[in-house]
Amino acid sequence: MDTLSQLANGFSVAFSPNNLLWCLVGTTLGTAIGVLPGLGPALTIALLLPITFQVAPEAAFILFAGIYYGAMYGGSTTSILLNTPGESATIVTALEGNKMARSGRAGAALATSAIGSFVAGTIGTMGVTFLAPVVVSLALLFGPAEYFSLMVLAFVTVSAVLGSSAVRGLASLFLGFYLGMIGIDLQTGQPRFTFGLTELLDGTNVIVVAVGLFAVGETLYVAARRHAGGDEIVPLRGSLYMTREEWSRSWKPWLRGTAIGFPIGAMPAGGAEIPTFLSYVVEKRLSKKPEEFGTTGAIEGVAGPEAANNASAAGVLVPMLTLGLPTSATAAIMLSAFQSYGIQPGPLLLDTQPALVWGLIASLYVANVLLVVLNLPLVGLWVRILKIPAPLLYAGILVFATVGTYGISQSPIDLILLYVLGGIGFLMRRFDFPTAPVVIGMILGPMAETEFRRAMTISGGDWTVLFTQPLSAALLVLAFTALFGPRLYHLIRTWRGPSPDHVPGDA
Amino acid sequence: MTDAHSRQRPRARLAPAEALIGLGLLLFAGLTLWQTLSIPVSPMYAQVGPRVFPYITSAGLAIFAVLLLVQAARGGWQPADEKEVELNWKAVAFVAAGLIANVALIGPLGFSAASTVMFVLVAHGFGSRRPLRDALIGLVLALAAYFGFARALGVNIGAGLIENLLGG
Repeated sequence: MDTLSQLANGFSVAFSPNNLLWCLVGTTLGTAIGVLPGLGPALTIALLLPITFQVAPEAAFILFAGIYYGAMYGGSTTSILLNTPGESATIVTALEGNKMARSGRAGAALATSAIGSFVAGTIGTMGVTFLAPVVVSLALLFGPAEYFSLMVLAFVTVSAVLGSSAVRGLASLFLGFYLGMIGIDLQTGQPRFTFGLTELLDGTNVIVVAVGLFAVGETLYVAARRHAGGDEIVPLRGSLYMTREEWSRSWKPWLRGTAIGFPIGAMPAGGAEIPTFLSYVVEKRLSKKPEEFGTTGAIEGVAGPEAANNASAAGVLVPMLTLGLPTSATAAIMLSAFQSYGIQPGPLLLDTQPALVWGLIASLYVANVLLVVLNLPLVGLWVRILKIPAPLLYAGILVFATVGTYGISQSPIDLILLYVLGGIGFLMRRFDFPTAPVVIGMILGPMAETEFRRAMTISGGDWTVLFTQPLSAALLVLAFTALFGPRLYHLIRTWRGPSPDHVPGDA
Repeated sequence: MTDAHSRQRPRARLAPAEALIGLGLLLFAGLTLWQTLSIPVSPMYAQVGPRVFPYITSAGLAIFAVLLLVQAARGGWQPADEKEVELNWKAVAFVAAGLIANVALIGPLGFSAASTVMFVLVAHGFGSRRPLRDALIGLVLALAAYFGFARALGVNIGAGLIENLLGG
């Protein structure tokens, strides 16, 4: 089959000594930042974006993909041992994983999460391998109007459906639009939102925004809550080998988690929170030992969500590589790396850059193998990273934040912007605004504008084309339903009288 | 669900912090609109000019600001575990002082010196009481970042006294 020969070519790219080294660096770095609470792959890839000026695209993306996958593995270690999720996607892992660690089964929890991540990551990568060409053939039917509508749908799902509040998510998204529009409008050459500052003509750099929100904001947030009580690291006890019973209780949750995570990740909605929670609920319902959930810690509650998390992380790569549609902050920053190389991500990417795309996909298989080795036998090393004292850790983060931002332009304005965004990031954390929509809106907003203008140029300025093209209309209806459907549903329910049972967590 | 609950509650009180956030966002929407109006529209023919999306963005920001104000008037949305935490303003002040020092010093003194000062201030904010040790670690880290990370990335950060002494 064509896909397999392409993949074989990809492996020849991924197995070149240099690229193997990049993959090893990426997975190691990714695991480390995944382990550190508060540091994520989006921030790390943003800080490393300048590397795109130094190395070949294959090398940079293999590095970034290694970081992306590695952070998913590392995050679970922190969740299990510290009860502070290292990543938002591993919140659910902390529920049961930390309980298991407290009852002396940390080893088994770490093992099931690492092996589950490997199983799900590998199946998810296979999903990317075989789904990507299919999506590409569909995407070739898309014109600018359809693309614009698809982006509208992604905007709604990413900001309004996934978070805790549609209003706050959309406010974040529109702040991202604003940031994305700063600078010269590429189609007409007019400066926008620059306040007359020449420094802003080139636009705000995504590095400044991501580092400001994620690194400076996080540091301020942690500093402000310093006396809110620290978390203790549960000492690593128990063998890393799982017993027969633990294996037999793990493998089905791994597969179920993969089956839940990959499709949700691959949809133009993305997000790892929903699939991990879904998988948790499913495992709790199916478990033969439901009494262990929330008490001594149930291994199914670690195995399922961990698999769902990694499978959805793989799934997110499908819309990014085939449609140029990022649905997570990390994917948005990877997309800006494509732009930095002058490569247009989209359905033509597989044809124009086969070595890059297939090399990247092949390197994901390699990364999964490396990661399971890095995370199981070497877990003691990562536990040591958790012991870095907070004052040194956060002061160090700010030093690297300076390198990443001041280094691009050597302009104090970028530093000031970085710290202002850090203050905004702090407020957003404190008042429960999601930050990922800011980054997604910043990258995807200008792309949506371009597609909209193209559509209008083709249609001669006729706005109705968005609703008369069936595919575009269907996508917009879907977006509308996703935005207002839950509201209408609640409205109807309250009309019919208060419902007898309160479902927690549906607000 | 939330609507039904707030209606049942007799009188939800205005949440001042949330109201300020809504108000701030509304002001920001106004600023965005003002900036949009000052975007020159080129006489060149374009179906969709440079102002269309900025208008949409200002309108969106204004709408969500008003919705946030409504939510603030109904008692706010800040999660309980955030509201209960007493903020450690002294720690924030030291971190902020470190950031300001960094901006002020990076030009005249160079990256490593400015970073070392920032490192000490931030570490102090996080409760470290060993400024000399912190200064040493900060300096080593800054030099490592300067000679390793920055060089590897090929970015150029401001060299100062220390970097020049070491042949940077």
